[in-house]
Amino acid sequence: MERRRSFPDVLAGGMFILIGGAFVVGALGYELGTPLRMGPGAFPVLVGALVAALGLAIVVKGLIAGEVAEFGPVPWRAIAVIVLAVMFFGFTVRGLGFVPTSAVTALLTTLASTRVRPLMAVAVAAGLTLAATLIFVVGLQLRIPLWGPWLGF
Amino acid sequence: MELLDNLALGFSTALLIQNVLYCFVGVLLGTAVGVLPGIGPTATVAMLLPITFNFEPVTALIMLAGIYYGAQYGGSTTAILINLPGESSAAVTALDGHEMARQGRAGAALATAAIGSFIAGTVSTVVLAVAAPPLARVALQFGAAEYFSLVLLGLIVSIALARGTALKALAMIFLGVLLGTVGQDIYTGTPRFTFDQRELYGGIDFVSVAVGMFGVAEILRNLENEQTRTAIVTKVKNLWPTREDRRRIAGPILRGTGLGAALGVLPGGGHVLASFTSYAVEKRISKRQQEFGHGAIEGVAGPESANNAAAQTSFIPLLTLGLPAHPVMALMIGAFIVHGITPGPNVITEEPALFWGLIASMWIGNVLLVLLNLPLIGLWVRMLRIPYQVLFPMIVLFASIGTYSLGFNAYDVYAIAFFGILGYVLIKCGCEPAPLLLGFVLGPLLEENLRRALIISRGDASVFLTRPISAVLLVLALAALVVAVLPTIRKRREVVFTEED
Repeated sequence: MERRRSFPDVLAGGMFILIGGAFVVGALGYELGTPLRMGPGAFPVLVGALVAALGLAIVVKGLIAGEVAEFGPVPWRAIAVIVLAVMFFGFTVRGLGFVPTSAVTALLTTLASTRVRPLMAVAVAAGLTLAATLIFVVGLQLRIPLWGPWLGF
Repeated sequence: MELLDNLALGFSTALLIQNVLYCFVGVLLGTAVGVLPGIGPTATVAMLLPITFNFEPVTALIMLAGIYYGAQYGGSTTAILINLPGESSAAVTALDGHEMARQGRAGAALATAAIGSFIAGTVSTVVLAVAAPPLARVALQFGAAEYFSLVLLGLIVSIALARGTALKALAMIFLGVLLGTVGQDIYTGTPRFTFDQRELYGGIDFVSVAVGMFGVAEILRNLENEQTRTAIVTKVKNLWPTREDRRRIAGPILRGTGLGAALGVLPGGGHVLASFTSYAVEKRISKRQQEFGHGAIEGVAGPESANNAAAQTSFIPLLTLGLPAHPVMALMIGAFIVHGITPGPNVITEEPALFWGLIASMWIGNVLLVLLNLPLIGLWVRMLRIPYQVLFPMIVLFASIGTYSLGFNAYDVYAIAFFGILGYVLIKCGCEPAPLLLGFVLGPLLEENLRRALIISRGDASVFLTRPISAVLLVLALAALVVAVLPTIRKRREVVFTEED
């Protein structure tokens, strides 16, 4: 029988092993307790070991009879831009206020598409900021200041 | 009659003006996201959940439920018109529905889907009203051991939700359970896996997990190769099916309704199973088997009725046991908890107006859906022209605002980015996100009941097998696991055999 190695399967299994293992190691630092009174560490150790074991099975299966042939293209630009946009929102919304943060987040996000034109990006960002302000602050009374303290208000 | 009294209470709640209004908003939004490719009901409910925290609990749940079954409806519209099922359960509808559209019978296909869904919705609302109270009474007898086994069964059955192999789905479920342990331990208060960050003591918010896994990861998938979308069917005319059509769809609609109502009760993926089963049944018993796949109207009527019936009855495990059958319901559990209601068998006795109001609202929602879909079909077709470059920034921005407004906690927003990337990589590797979300929501329940059951039994683990209901549930879980694994074994053997040839 011909062997079909699958990189994505091995990667998925590896991630399960890594995450499961990390939780087991972390949980061993907490009290395990007895079966009668399980400590905070017992359940994560059990489940973490199970996840790691399943991960190992996926790796083995991926080496013998893989199913996902290719990982496919990765939109690096979109990943970088969207992560940056979301982090920016979380980091500045308190300081800059709702309107500037929303505008920059929306503008950054539009750049994730390789087809976007500058004029359209600005138009989309402006429209979304207006819509978000009307929906969340005016309509739903969300208690976030429109302009934040970093701007001197 | 007790049932009539209960339904009267339900309709008096559901017909309150604000409840009808938000039911309408729910099904409207649901249809919209069902129609729009690239955004699904799970991401939508996750984004809107924080908004509903200000509503009355019953109003909030009516709207969220409306989004869920509205999306099932909208998904079939795109399946018929552009061969792009918005929801996994609509994939079967695309087979014959899109073929009908290409033959110029899109109107008849859409009307059939609408009529079938409406009849199925009406019948299964009654099923829900009749079946839920006795089940809730049984569930009230459940102790910690039974609940542990039940949650485990629900998790195992949810493997059916995933398209990949059972092994990966299983790993995703328990990865979700594992992520659910982050935060303070319920019994001792010990902070677990929090890296000494006070913001993580409350655990990871499931809204962030859902928005990241279903919203952001999906956007990244769509941005892999950008193509301009092609709208195919421009004008829809001749909505009303002919007399011949009406004669042909009656049987499939009734059979589909029955199948869907029965299979929807299964925790996990019942609606997908129902539409596939219904299609198979219709094809087998039809005298015109060769027409299937080439625009047989029965192939639209049966699966559409089945999927809508299952969408309604899948609320039975949620309302009686507190078990979600779909990621959207996992989010609804969160909505229950935020409003101080523990989802489970107690809801029906402690919050009768909420329980019956939600059920009655589903029938009202089905009426609204017919009104929305048939006359406004042109509007939905036009919505398909919204460029994706406008849609995805909207999803990212609204998701950030929504998760931040949960608790004004920046960590909830950072978590979106984290789970977006984690979800993206896992999806690329063939792991579906739905089981992870269910595991994440049910994980704490699993741990709590495991530990409580062991305390009650004085550390004797055999309690799960000596209590009859618990033992039966565990046997069912084992059976579900074997069934889920079997097809892959069979497929493997087929592969081996063909290679030997």
